[in-house]
Amino acid sequence: MVVHVNGKPIDIAAETTLAQLLLQLEITTRHVAVELNLEIVPFENHAKCELHDGDKLEIVTLVGGG
Amino acid sequence: MATEVDSLEQVSDQGRLTVGPFQLNSRLIVGSGRYENATVMKECLELSGAQCITVAVRRERLHDADGENLLDFIDSEKYILLPNTAGCYSAADAVRVAKMGREILRALGNPGADWVKLECLGDSKTLLPDPVATLEATERLVADGFHVLCYTSDDPVTARRLKAAGAAAVMPAGSPIGSGQGILNPNNIRIILEYLKDEDSDYPVIVDAGVGTASDVAQAMELGVDGVLLNTAIAHARDPHRMAQAMKSATYAGRQAFLAGRIPKRLYASASSPEEGVIATHPYPRGK
Repeated sequence: MVVHVNGKPIDIAAETTLAQLLLQLEITTRHVAVELNLEIVPFENHAKCELHDGDKLEIVTLVGGG
Repeated sequence: MATEVDSLEQVSDQGRLTVGPFQLNSRLIVGSGRYENATVMKECLELSGAQCITVAVRRERLHDADGENLLDFIDSEKYILLPNTAGCYSAADAVRVAKMGREILRALGNPGADWVKLECLGDSKTLLPDPVATLEATERLVADGFHVLCYTSDDPVTARRLKAAGAAAVMPAGSPIGSGQGILNPNNIRIILEYLKDEDSDYPVIVDAGVGTASDVAQAMELGVDGVLLNTAIAHARDPHRMAQAMKSATYAGRQAFLAGRIPKRLYASASSPEEGVIATHPYPRGK
């Protein structure tokens, strides 16, 4: 199935969880916030959050800013 | 990295900068953007004496060549992070970004999770705030439990509206973001201080944006603002390390001068040495 991460389509296995996707993308969970179809998924729920075909994810982190 | 003014000394005789539930040991808040590299940034944050560091929320680069993250260089145990909504042009986007920032800081266990530096821009050339969108976003974020620090113009009427909407602090710009023009309209800052601190003297007003050099910080502090937030003035100085120290000293000096109370400006001179016993002759009648 295909999910969209930060606007880019990514092919992943069926029944992948959000935690597994982050692992696959080599993203440190504690440094990011994840929005799934415009709703924030609290980091405690990443492991039980199952993804579905066509899901839109935004993964954001902190960068330097004023 | 010893500096001449110890931050504990600042606290003991100038009091903390209090914004909502947060009490900061330094009245200087510095940004983490636009540095030549992350190491210089880290050193300058340290030298500035700031306890609160602003950060921005951006998309994770999925295939980052160096794999570096800002948080590898900012000790989130040591600093209170203040996420901003920089780059947002609508209340909806600002609220969305604020919530993302809150989630990141919550995951980190950083105390800054529940506050936000709200920026709702109206124009990309001036980076001036959109007052209508800023007010709307403030109302929505306050309703959602945020302590909102509002970046705004130096318009006293807007400042008053933002405070009434529940902003934890109002942060007028001295001049446009990154412009280095300093405090263009000190009279408006004075009026904002008068309006917002009327019967509420502890309400925090922080000059955010426009600072170019240390004297701008000192001037802002001498006007009586509670703190100054700056970024580019350090990051883009020829010697950022030295400028970070200058900003720290200027914040302290400006606050001391405000607390000390400046003398009124006079049109004519007033001699420091006594006239009595002077041996020189006077060319004009007294008073001329």
